[in-house]
Amino acid sequence: MTPYEKLKTARASTRPTGSAYIDQIFKNKIELHGDRRFGDDAAIVSGVGFLDDGIPATFIAIDKGTDLQSRLAKNFGCPKPEGYRKALRLMKQAEKFRRPVVCFVDTLGAFCGAEAEERGQGQAIAENILEMMGLKTPVITFVIGEGGSGGALGLATADRVYMLENAVYSVISPEGCASILWKDSNKVADAAACLHITAQDMREFKVVEGIITEDFDHFDKMCNSIRHQIKKDIKTLSAMSDEELLENRYNRFRQFGYFTRTVDDEDEM
Amino acid sequence: MANVFTNIIKNLTGQQPTDIESLIKHTENVNLVCKGCHGEIQKHTLLKNNMICPKCGKYFRMGGKERIKWLADKKSVEFMFDDYESRDFLEFPGYSEKLEKSRKQTNEKDAVVVGTAKIGGKPFAFFVMDSRFMMASMGSVLGEKITSIFEYAKKYSLPVIGFTASGGARMQEGIISLMQMAKVSGAVKRHSTAGNLYITVLTDPTTGGCTASFAMQGDIILAEPKALVGFAGRRVVEQTTKSKLPDNFQSAEFLLEHGFVDSIVPREKLRDTLGTLLEIHSAGGAAV
Repeated sequence: MTPYEKLKTARASTRPTGSAYIDQIFKNKIELHGDRRFGDDAAIVSGVGFLDDGIPATFIAIDKGTDLQSRLAKNFGCPKPEGYRKALRLMKQAEKFRRPVVCFVDTLGAFCGAEAEERGQGQAIAENILEMMGLKTPVITFVIGEGGSGGALGLATADRVYMLENAVYSVISPEGCASILWKDSNKVADAAACLHITAQDMREFKVVEGIITEDFDHFDKMCNSIRHQIKKDIKTLSAMSDEELLENRYNRFRQFGYFTRTVDDEDEM
Repeated sequence: MANVFTNIIKNLTGQQPTDIESLIKHTENVNLVCKGCHGEIQKHTLLKNNMICPKCGKYFRMGGKERIKWLADKKSVEFMFDDYESRDFLEFPGYSEKLEKSRKQTNEKDAVVVGTAKIGGKPFAFFVMDSRFMMASMGSVLGEKITSIFEYAKKYSLPVIGFTASGGARMQEGIISLMQMAKVSGAVKRHSTAGNLYITVLTDPTTGGCTASFAMQGDIILAEPKALVGFAGRRVVEQTTKSKLPDNFQSAEFLLEHGFVDSIVPREKLRDTLGTLLEIHSAGGAAV
């Protein structure tokens, strides 16, 4: 598949949404609503439950909805500031009770409406990224469809990040890129290729730890293997001290960057 | 605009001015047109008026080096980590050319300067983003330099003052550009956890991924009057909302009203305000 075909596949309405993964992977779930500040954003489905074997965990998913009514209610999976604040509230709660956090990301991006600006969309995402960098409990994120820029990163500043094989992750939507660069929104396919948005690209950049094979015809089996991966990672991450966990998370992101230096000034540090 | 400014001067004198003093020296006989009131202003009048139009109050944008030298104690500014250069590692159409053009226009390697300086003898680390360079979009170099200055400031327990201005992510660096938001945020978090002060000054324009990360992570968030500050672009919001937005939408004043900015500080009061904040935070809490 070309990057553009992957983009279309990642957005396909037939693809399982965030809630579907939660339903398969967690048992005895209880959904927890609201940000305790303003409201409850239906674009984000979050709560607590058990991975099997009595391991409690917090789940947070961006959910696009499955029919027109739910898609409208969920704003087509574009979270508002109160959605990110709800997610952060649940992460802090997970930290308090030392539960791991599992996030599922599937969004075109954070909502761009006037009310989102009024309520501080930028500030909400900024706070999530900042607080996730200091969160003393393991965070594992799966990009299951679209990973749309800052709106995705607000749930993906994690210890481990995985992508489904046809999911995409991008700093800007290929449509936005095409219209800014070439003033031509028809050049989406070119933009998708230039931006390097596929799971395979992300693996190469070390932005993700692994790629999950898609098998939606055997969704339960596929989710079993995701659960297996989560449990394996929790075991590794839980064995670390808080300092070690945060150090590793810091270094995971610290390494990103391509540049050249003309002088060696290591003595500056 | 400062870049229009420096280019005119370069054309007239054959020299690239890098700071206020040399700007003043080289610009005695140039008249400029203000974008706010379209009136003609004598260049040295503008410079002596903190780059604010004396007729209509329009704020001219300032370059990175220009800004910190204007702000800090004389001879206190030390630039650091200034040998980083961006690379076109994705072979993105037009990126190399854009970098080259910006480097020539600004005489800078990328869109941020970092280092240490003093106000009223109080030391601090700084970063100043420079919108003349590819709209201060955030690539690897920008992320690396800001991260490095936070790490340095943490090591030496220095406050950080950051001037933000950015069009957002640098899409020519793809996902690595997005990762800079997390990278810098990690360094901000460590600096903060160690008990150090971080002040951001939002300048025109602060948008996109910059707003959605380190611009909004300051202990204290100041803004310049009328600066554009927001997450999504105005046109995108208008399309989404399907209505015309009020004129002050996404202005510093709009953010103050909605509770996202501590204070709007006019340029002529900025040095004193920052100086007082540094003093308050270096005194040590009476409760300790």
